[in-house]
Amino acid sequence: MAKITYIEHDGAEHVLDVKPGLTVMEGAVKNNVPGIDADCGGACACATCHVYVDDAWTGKTGTASAMEESMLDFAEGVEPNSRLSCQIKVTEALDGLIVRMPESQH
Amino acid sequence: MSQPGIVIVGAGHGGGTVAALLRQYGVEGPITLIGEEPAAPYQRPPLSKAWLKGDADLDGVQLKPLHFYAEHGIDLRTGVRVEAIDAAAKTVRLSDGEALTYASLILATGALARPLPIPGAELAGVLALRTLADAEALKAALAPGVRLAVIGGGYVGLEAAASARALGAEVVVIERERRLLARVACATLSAFFQSTHERHGVHFELSSGVTALEGDGRVQGVRLDDGRVVACDVALVGVGAIPNDEVAKAAGLDCSDGIRVDLDARTSDPSIYAIGDCTRRPMPLYDREHRLESVPNALEQAKACAAHIAGRPQPPPEVPWFWSDQYDLKLQIAGLPFDVEQVVVRGAPEDATFAVFHLDAQNRVQAVEAVNAAPEFMAGRQLIAKRKPVAPEALRDMSLSMKSIAAG
Repeated sequence: MAKITYIEHDGAEHVLDVKPGLTVMEGAVKNNVPGIDADCGGACACATCHVYVDDAWTGKTGTASAMEESMLDFAEGVEPNSRLSCQIKVTEALDGLIVRMPESQH
Repeated sequence: MSQPGIVIVGAGHGGGTVAALLRQYGVEGPITLIGEEPAAPYQRPPLSKAWLKGDADLDGVQLKPLHFYAEHGIDLRTGVRVEAIDAAAKTVRLSDGEALTYASLILATGALARPLPIPGAELAGVLALRTLADAEALKAALAPGVRLAVIGGGYVGLEAAASARALGAEVVVIERERRLLARVACATLSAFFQSTHERHGVHFELSSGVTALEGDGRVQGVRLDDGRVVACDVALVGVGAIPNDEVAKAAGLDCSDGIRVDLDARTSDPSIYAIGDCTRRPMPLYDREHRLESVPNALEQAKACAAHIAGRPQPPPEVPWFWSDQYDLKLQIAGLPFDVEQVVVRGAPEDATFAVFHLDAQNRVQAVEAVNAAPEFMAGRQLIAKRKPVAPEALRDMSLSMKSIAAG
């Protein structure tokens, strides 16, 4: 299991144990964490699972594919540490990961 | 007996989501979620893709883990049908004989695969693709060399065709219209998807009606209206869906090709909401009512319904959208092609990266169909929401970024 901290835009924290193999998005959605909509269920088709990866973790979450980059390019409030959480696979190496959510996914 | 709470009829994507959102929005009191299928709410889109190919399991497609429902005080009842609604008494009668009283009722009954009213439709090996059980049956039937006849060149049929080819099956798609996706996509897209499927070994019988399914107990062929028979080992019928609104109609709710709802997902009965494929809803960007069959639509209405019940402000209206994955192609469609005067292609279909923009008489983007073209899809969505005219030549000009066009 990897402990992942999801922080909503208003500061509310959700600390969850997420099974490796799931994505960071699935960890949130399956536990009913608000703020990650994931309308397309992880098909990289909608950009409604946007998160900011904590700066200490950006080296471990990998890099965005060209498809993900172009989707993010049009999301609201994009920062250098923005990712689509459906494209980050959870591994033991991400134990302790912290992600923050934007104000809105739409 | 506890006080009446919220009863949700239909435990699909819409029903499962609205139950979870009600709790997320702080709504207390009993919530009962009733599903006809044996499974807890799951995502249907992977059924024609990852599920058929064996790349997804039940855990992966379930909306929430099973323990979620009990933990959040949601009484999930699967394998049960709602037989009737008594709107005056505010009760629903279940197939197991129980009657449940509600304060608010949410109908999320979805759509049903349109049946094919021809001889032989009941033969073994004639399948539909709507439920997990359907997908399991199709998956079990597909193997290298198995001959699959797909009746209907729509999204379900084409996605299943692509998956079947990946599994080594022989595939023929039979379509009544002259082109694929005739009801749901433009001619450029139809031609592009046809040539892509042909390159992957799919055969097509276009402009072909189907008069019978033939076989002795088990399907062996599909008879076309010109008399020829397409031999097959299994037939998939994907000829569209019809709204599952019979129970709503019988209860006296206003229905017209779907349960009519307002932007808060309310039906003609103030205690009854309806969401998803079973509804006909206002489309604020297009100034008309329409029935949509898509996951994003069900989610948008689930949010509207939960917000209304929770007394939260309504989220702004979303631009309708849709996606389809076939082979290595990602098709993303935003908007609806109503009142289209002009169609503009950006990029080249032969590069498998292009978009088709649909403009109205004022050059406002009504819809965009994007193949492997995320910027065009995302910018198109923004342009549709803005309702501002765009120069067609700007859309054609690949030296201008979609970002700059959307900002203009």
